[in-house]
Amino acid sequence: MITRAEICVTACADAWRGDGEILASPFGIIPTIGARLARATSSPDLLLSDGEARFVAGTWAVDDPPPGPVEGWIPFRAVFDMLWAGRRHAMMVPSQLDRFGNMNISAIGDDFARPARALIGMRGAPGNTVCHPVSYWVPRHQRRVFVPRVDVVCGVGYDRGIHSVSIPRVVTNLAVLDFGGPSHAMRLVSAHPGVSVDEVTGNTGFGLVIDGEIAQTRMPTTEELRLIRDIIDPRSLRDQEVPPP
Amino acid sequence: MTADEVVSELRPGMTIGIGGWGSRRKPMSLIRAMLRSDLSDLTIVAYGGPDVGLLCAAGKVRRLIYGFVSLDSIPLEPHFQAARQGGAIKVTEYDEGMLQWALYAACLRLPFLPAKAGLGSDVQRLNPDLRTVRSPYCDGTELLAVPALPLDAALIHMNRADAAGNTAFLGPDLYFDDLFAGAAARAYVSCERLVPTSELGDYPSLKIHRWMTTGVVLSRNGAHFTSCAPDYDRDESFQREYVAAAKDPAAWQAFASRYLEGTEEQYQRAVRSR
Repeated sequence: MITRAEICVTACADAWRGDGEILASPFGIIPTIGARLARATSSPDLLLSDGEARFVAGTWAVDDPPPGPVEGWIPFRAVFDMLWAGRRHAMMVPSQLDRFGNMNISAIGDDFARPARALIGMRGAPGNTVCHPVSYWVPRHQRRVFVPRVDVVCGVGYDRGIHSVSIPRVVTNLAVLDFGGPSHAMRLVSAHPGVSVDEVTGNTGFGLVIDGEIAQTRMPTTEELRLIRDIIDPRSLRDQEVPPP
Repeated sequence: MTADEVVSELRPGMTIGIGGWGSRRKPMSLIRAMLRSDLSDLTIVAYGGPDVGLLCAAGKVRRLIYGFVSLDSIPLEPHFQAARQGGAIKVTEYDEGMLQWALYAACLRLPFLPAKAGLGSDVQRLNPDLRTVRSPYCDGTELLAVPALPLDAALIHMNRADAAGNTAFLGPDLYFDDLFAGAAARAYVSCERLVPTSELGDYPSLKIHRWMTTGVVLSRNGAHFTSCAPDYDRDESFQREYVAAAKDPAAWQAFASRYLEGTEEQYQRAVRSR
């Protein structure tokens, strides 16, 4: 029985397909499994960090320290250098995301001086989004996240006059989306097996572009399932992020 | 020096940078000394963690300049959230790379450094004083001119230091501590161990030198409860206790009187006896 979480893992892994020798920076459990899976299968040249300050080779479990070997030393400053040079593809977790890919992790509410809810802050989102591709992972696809307009633009979307913006895909617990609609509007690419198009649109706070018949998100291959279940996530942390229905 | 002597050289209204990153290698014993002082009205510059939270909770902060505030293993800092949501502090929120550039410009005594980070985002809307510059070369690119951010003082925690103010970091990441020191008129360093110069460490760890520092404070376990690799990891259970207490005024009062109202020695003893 293939789980929803496993489908999300391969949908995330596909974000880095064909990316070459760049730093893959996943945030969240399922994108982390996905990035390691991508390197073990479709994208062997990817660079992966141990989450502290080292490039590490090999494939290892999401909740274990990496066995190594260490390929390089990348303190935050080196990560900044790499990202400003465009040699990175991050997958970040938005608190809000809008129709043109603007993304908020800073604060919720109309008044920035006194927000209804203060979040973590801009972090690297402004720089990331103008310097290198940024995809998004939304573990709970809901209207609170997919809003008509974000309260604070941290990650830059396609409607802000910045030509370098690239948001290859958005993966959620329900679907895969991209910005292939008119004027880079968000478009539904595929719904996960067992999810209806209505369920996706009903949990999205703006009109999604629906371009003809919507495909089903692909299933993991036998080899991918083996890597996910035996090597990268043997203790099923993925089910904590996307619980089985 | 002692931590209290460092704090006695600080003044209300100063702009003070704090080294470390999130809940990692923060000069917490110096922060705790600030909590015991009558300092106020400060502008604090940081990749923020519990340093920022504690100073906000104590009402020491007028303005905060930051890229994020987080406890790492616990994403949101409760005192920072409360201060923001109550409108108690003014903020300058930057992209974290912009903050690096602002400090580096101050280090180099440049008025600004150009950056792509920030363009198109609400960093520009929320900080209307920011200006852009156009490249004078044939590319003609428009860039954000990140203004230099000179500091009156910087507070940093290192693994090792000598009496002259040379320091060594032995962990995986210096973070941006050298830039905080270089941007500051006076940089104060607390350290886990005070050692002879010959025992500081290998060359790559010797990044902050005596010409960049003003005073050294021996402060064993001084970064507690943040991490100080390889000397110790973050005290996760204490951090959870801190977060739980911060969510309720009565619990916070109890936490503060148990841990924060005495000397650093009393703090360390209270931590050991948990």
